[in-house]
Amino acid sequence: MYRYDEFDERFVRDRVAQFGDQVARRLDGSLTEDEFKPLRLKNGVYLQLHAYMLRIAIPYGTLSSRQLRQLALIGERYDRSYGHFTTRQNLQFNWPKLRDVPAILDLLADVEMHCIQTSGNCIRNVTADHFAGVAQDEIEDPRPVCELIRQWSTAHPEFSYLPRKFKIAATGAQHDRAVIKAHDIGLRIVRHPESGEIGYEISVGGGLGRTPMIGKVVRDFLPKADLLAYLEAVMRVYNLEGRRDNKYKARVKILVHEIGTEEFRRRVEAEFSALDGPSVNADAEELARIAAYFTPPAYETLPPDSGALAVAKAGNPDFARWVDTNLTPHRVPGYTAVTISLKPVGLAPGDATSEQMRLVADLAERYSFDELRVTHAQNLVLPHVRKDDLFAIWQALVPVGLATANLGLITDIIACPGLDYCSLATARSIPIAQAIAQRFADADRQASIGELNIKISGCINACGHHHVGHIGILGLEKRGIESYQITLGGDATENAAIGEILGPGLPAEDVPDAIEAIVGVYESQRHDGERFIETVKRVGLVPFKAAFRELADAA
Amino acid sequence: MTSTPKRPPLPAILLANDLLDGDVVFAVEDADGALDWTRDPRLALVADEGVAAGRLEAFAAAARQQVVDAYLVDVEIGPNGPVPRHFRERFKTLGPSTRPDLGKQAGEGIAGRRSA
Ligand code: HEM
Ligand code: SF4
Repeated sequence: MYRYDEFDERFVRDRVAQFGDQVARRLDGSLTEDEFKPLRLKNGVYLQLHAYMLRIAIPYGTLSSRQLRQLALIGERYDRSYGHFTTRQNLQFNWPKLRDVPAILDLLADVEMHCIQTSGNCIRNVTADHFAGVAQDEIEDPRPVCELIRQWSTAHPEFSYLPRKFKIAATGAQHDRAVIKAHDIGLRIVRHPESGEIGYEISVGGGLGRTPMIGKVVRDFLPKADLLAYLEAVMRVYNLEGRRDNKYKARVKILVHEIGTEEFRRRVEAEFSALDGPSVNADAEELARIAAYFTPPAYETLPPDSGALAVAKAGNPDFARWVDTNLTPHRVPGYTAVTISLKPVGLAPGDATSEQMRLVADLAERYSFDELRVTHAQNLVLPHVRKDDLFAIWQALVPVGLATANLGLITDIIACPGLDYCSLATARSIPIAQAIAQRFADADRQASIGELNIKISGCINACGHHHVGHIGILGLEKRGIESYQITLGGDATENAAIGEILGPGLPAEDVPDAIEAIVGVYESQRHDGERFIETVKRVGLVPFKAAFRELADAA
Repeated sequence: MTSTPKRPPLPAILLANDLLDGDVVFAVEDADGALDWTRDPRLALVADEGVAAGRLEAFAAAARQQVVDAYLVDVEIGPNGPVPRHFRERFKTLGPSTRPDLGKQAGEGIAGRRSA
């Protein structure tokens, strides 16, 4: 795991001190709110519906036990003993007091964490595949390059006042688990088809929000050494030509769309060749220094299968279900990656109590080389677990409500905070997620439906990724009441697609029925072994629309 | 950046977030007839006509060192005092609908006037 060097440490500490001073000046009246607001946003402090909200970056989703314990402590001491993990691999606290924020930032700095660039028109927290470094389908761990980008982009003077926020995601695997095509820049580690050399495929112009778009590949293959110069070129073109007159047209996706991928590529390449590459690119020594922090842990040599696991499974059907649902194959024999679902039926997706955080931190320390991941789907991961240890882990998770066996299933719902917390929301998200999860709570039913991603946002900003949900749900306000628009066919993987609207919006109480109707069409139309999204792609929207129409008419 | 939001239909109350705590607060008239802030929505001062609403607006403008994001919200008068007509503001005066143990609905801050 990356450790701060002296520069990082000093930079973060200075920032904390500076913000403490800014808060003091706001409180004594020497700063007005208009002057203070941009400063607090630069430190991740928003004002939400009921309280302030603090957004903490978890770069590329990697955490140590010590860091998670510190988050638990902050939650307990300065918040309501819980935190919310988001689709951007951040943690949000929903109730901090402004007067306490400097103290919180200090506690974060103690464990090499901060809130810098979690808001504002700058390059935000870089996100990554949560199975980075362990996935079987991976070419190379993307975290060293994420860390490089983090260092390059943090406080980058040229890119601190972009036309709009800017999000970068990376994966090193074939299967995209980082939704790279919905990011301003998506970076995929690839092998050159002829030389076998490792480099990057670069996509630009993806994004969700009010104008959802899938990123376009602007470079099939970029040699590794050229990365920062190329990113600099992309950012320059965007910084110069991105629209600043209209906030809704300011994202790079609009620029790419308006001038076309070809022209955008041409401008980037022109900028790239005019740049003094060597002065921008990181030197090999620095790359090696960063990469060294991500060397794999000291795995044991184990047989691929665990006898202890087989015995425990045979004796405990609940455990067996969890094992069959929540594990992801690991590249090292005898190990597995364990996803801890933060989607227990009936609770808020992505929330974890301080007690739960502490327990998970203990498990990571004991069973996963002290390492954890946060996923964009709002779950936690123990990335390197011996199969022999699974039963002990599961037994520890059950009493704190963290043993839900629903990874990738219909109750593993992404939901933004919505109108229960968010001041921009037009409707609630969490209760909709809860109602759907209740409806489909039966584990056998979930298993028989199979993989199905529902994603819910409480407004057009699409923080809950509804556009790329197999079933997407968007909360709106219609004539003074909450109304929900349903989309179908979105896909967050390497086959990224934006879902299509099924019909008119529905009142909250009809949403579970609508999901039921959609699932019913799937169950009646699916071929053997066909996943939900595959059936939707094969049969198209027509039968789903018909079922939906019937429901909307009956309402 | 500071735009004065359009005045809503009356009756209305003035709500805001406390600068230090972030907590939702409401303009209230104290025993001496002076305006102050309370955390209890039931005590919120209701403006029925233009002059009273204007007084709340002036108070909001003067209170920039105590509160953030102050604005008028139209209400209905229920048996327990004013209730915002719009669901968004109703949530704001209650707390997260999914966590009845948090916020005003759990009794937080209801006991007293703004202190500190
Ligand atoms: C404090 C509450 C939040 C505010 C004020 C907020 C604000 C916004 C805004 C204004 C946009 C649209 C940006 C644009 O298209 O230019 C947006 C998009 C987005 N936000 Fe949030 N958000 C909040 C919470 C969250 C949370 C909790 C998550 C994760 C669960 C999140 C993740 C995202 C994502 C993934 C997008 C869409 C992707 C994209 O950038 O195109 N945000 N948010
Ligand atoms: S989608 Fe809207 S409601 Fe949900 S968190 Fe984002 S801004 Fe808030």
